[in-house]
Amino acid sequence: MSFRATFATARRVLNQLRRDPRTIALMLLVPVVLVFLLEQLFADNRVVFQRIGGPLLGLFPLIAMFLVTSITMLRERVSGTLERLMALPLAKLDILAGYGLAFALVAALQATLVSAVAFGFLGLHTQGPSWAVVLLAIANAILGMALGLFVSAFARTEFQAIQFMPAFILPQILLCGLFTPRSQMAGWMHVLSDLLPFTYAYDALHRATALGTFDGRFALDLTVTVGVTVLALALGASTLRRRSG
Amino acid sequence: MPAAPSIAVDKLRIRRGGCVVLDEISLSVASGRVTGLLGPSGSGKTTLMRAIVGVQIVESGSITVLGEPAGTPPLRWKVGYMTQNPAVYGDLTVRENLHYFARILAAAPENVDEVLEMVNMTAFGDRVVNRLSGGQRARVSLATALIGKPQLLVLDEPTVGLDPVLRRDLWRTFNDLAGQGKTLLVSSHVMDEADHCHDLLLLREGQLVATGTPADVRAKSGRQDLDEAFLALINEEVV
Repeated sequence: MSFRATFATARRVLNQLRRDPRTIALMLLVPVVLVFLLEQLFADNRVVFQRIGGPLLGLFPLIAMFLVTSITMLRERVSGTLERLMALPLAKLDILAGYGLAFALVAALQATLVSAVAFGFLGLHTQGPSWAVVLLAIANAILGMALGLFVSAFARTEFQAIQFMPAFILPQILLCGLFTPRSQMAGWMHVLSDLLPFTYAYDALHRATALGTFDGRFALDLTVTVGVTVLALALGASTLRRRSG
Repeated sequence: MPAAPSIAVDKLRIRRGGCVVLDEISLSVASGRVTGLLGPSGSGKTTLMRAIVGVQIVESGSITVLGEPAGTPPLRWKVGYMTQNPAVYGDLTVRENLHYFARILAAAPENVDEVLEMVNMTAFGDRVVNRLSGGQRARVSLATALIGKPQLLVLDEPTVGLDPVLRRDLWRTFNDLAGQGKTLLVSSHVMDEADHCHDLLLLREGQLVATGTPADVRAKSGRQDLDEAFLALINEEVV
């Protein structure tokens, strides 16, 4: 692995994004609009907005990065640029770290913007410090990137890659505890929920925003989030093959 | 005195999708020369090139490139590869593409202007690749293969879709590079390009049908016109 190749890749990915201002605008503005809608929706029921608003700030970047990464990586595979890169002095880790660096930057921007709007204009309050939400949002964005990278190996077309969003992400959102507290779930759902990474990502956000408790369970949440990120990156790296048939 | 060959292929056998694409072929590519890899489409040219740059799964046999087994890490610095379909980033400008490849190869930034000149694309440096014509895109792809000033160039149909003047210029460039001691392996399915090469390898259905200089090929087939010579050799029943 080399810093030169990693930074070159990060710079290239950012340049590609820069050439696509519409995507940047969508990535930055859609979460803001959604949080605004949510606030309006629960205008008479502030408790609900306070409960789910904070965690959602951290989940938006995850979803956005999952989508962006799975599509861009699929494009690299299909267009032949990945094969070209594999014939160059570039470690697989350079490619992954380059993507990670570039998208973490975008995620930080996205999380900061939507947090600023939510805390500054929409009256969202959190028990923990607001920067903790931003940091968790970035960690979640990298988790989303890692998952997107991994699933891109199983898509042949961009249509398939898009379908991985509802297939992979929606069930996790349903079961993570955002809609129904996990304690009220049927036994098998609870077990399933225990096995999904979003559950831990959500729980960390919930603790940082609604409870303000940075206890042992919070540490476990973070460990699982980072652990799954590393695992997904490693699995993603194993799908980048120097040689193919 | 002939130098050691840049590429030595020994009994190479490759299977793709259940079919044997290359069947125990052996060949060598001389250093400091332009070797043309010719044959009809589907004859295995791209597969052979992929194997030489080390991105193809090989069933059996060996390939030695610049003294090392094909695909080993040190070779990634020394071998320039141009894929058949332009492998460049369509949403970046020509220069942004070249700078990326230059950075990976730790090549001097000045190389960017130099290779743009070589492929006659200086005027299009700041254009986004997606807005270029097919031929221009192919030249950007060629420029990315040249950027690291590699010792060996493996170019998969670099002249396809180009007009005659550009083609002539590129073949001149290839010969200049060989004059500087570089080795080039260039594939084409257009037989009339064979005369620009020092050596020829003629592939048909995964087997080598003829090798040698253009003069050798003419002598072997008994035809003056290379196009006809190849047709004669390709249609000949291999016993």
